[in-house]
Amino acid sequence: MAARLLTRCLHLRTFHLLPSTNPYSIGGAAFATTAMSGDKPIENALRQKLTDALKPQFLDVINESYMHNVPKGTESHFKVVIVSSAFENVKRIQKHQLVHKAIQEELDNSVHALSIVAKTPAEWEVSQDVGKSPACRGGAGL
Amino acid sequence: MSFLLGKSTWNAVASSANRRAFMRCIAQMSSKVNFEEMVKGKPIVVFMKGTPDAPRCGFSNAVCQILKFHGVDGFESYDVLANEDIRQGVKEFTKWPTIPQVFFNGEFLGGCDIMLDMHKNGELIEELKKIGIRSALLDNSDGTDKS
Repeated sequence: MAARLLTRCLHLRTFHLLPSTNPYSIGGAAFATTAMSGDKPIENALRQKLTDALKPQFLDVINESYMHNVPKGTESHFKVVIVSSAFENVKRIQKHQLVHKAIQEELDNSVHALSIVAKTPAEWEVSQDVGKSPACRGGAGL
Repeated sequence: MSFLLGKSTWNAVASSANRRAFMRCIAQMSSKVNFEEMVKGKPIVVFMKGTPDAPRCGFSNAVCQILKFHGVDGFESYDVLANEDIRQGVKEFTKWPTIPQVFFNGEFLGGCDIMLDMHKNGELIEELKKIGIRSALLDNSDGTDKS
């Protein structure tokens, strides 16, 4: 488990700290900016903060804004699928609250809808079903 | 806001954590809504966008559909889009940032994801039983009635 986590951390570090040494880099700094935050600053912030706070074994941050009545490229509606030992012996509501807490700033300022699938590694072994988010029905905001 | 409070006070609440606490304080002071009373003694209360007949959000709709699936139709609901005090206030009351929010017997159960989870793993049938409602799923011939 520790080895897997370490690999994941190393992967993140490589991605975030060394983009300018990427052999495919075009124009150095400009590419680095794109590689670090891209045009998805909120999605990347969510990923980073959840990784730091909950050390997940699995994490997927999905921008579902395109399913809603917002301009293309908007980062407003997200689904988070997160598997972490931090959820062991934690009630269902509290699992979600751990996620809320880690990304409080984004929830307060930019994220309008958040769907969460939060599981322990054991629960994730049993079922990797993350369901489908419901279609939008027009009401705006969180 | 700054002209009302003076610069130093405003600076003190300028960090995002302080600002949140400050806004929460203001919200509580100005809240005209007694959520405790709204949910107390009621079997099911749902804070949602739109109404059960015309939900205006996919997540709110999903909660209504789940309840209907279990034969629960006449639950109490509040349309947060119709009342900003309720919309913000309920989030403060539960410390839960999203709508819909479901209460069983005055107790906060969760939002759409949690309802869906409980529906899928059968826990919702048990929770309904606790508040004196027999899930319609138990009456289906292919249901999972173990009682």
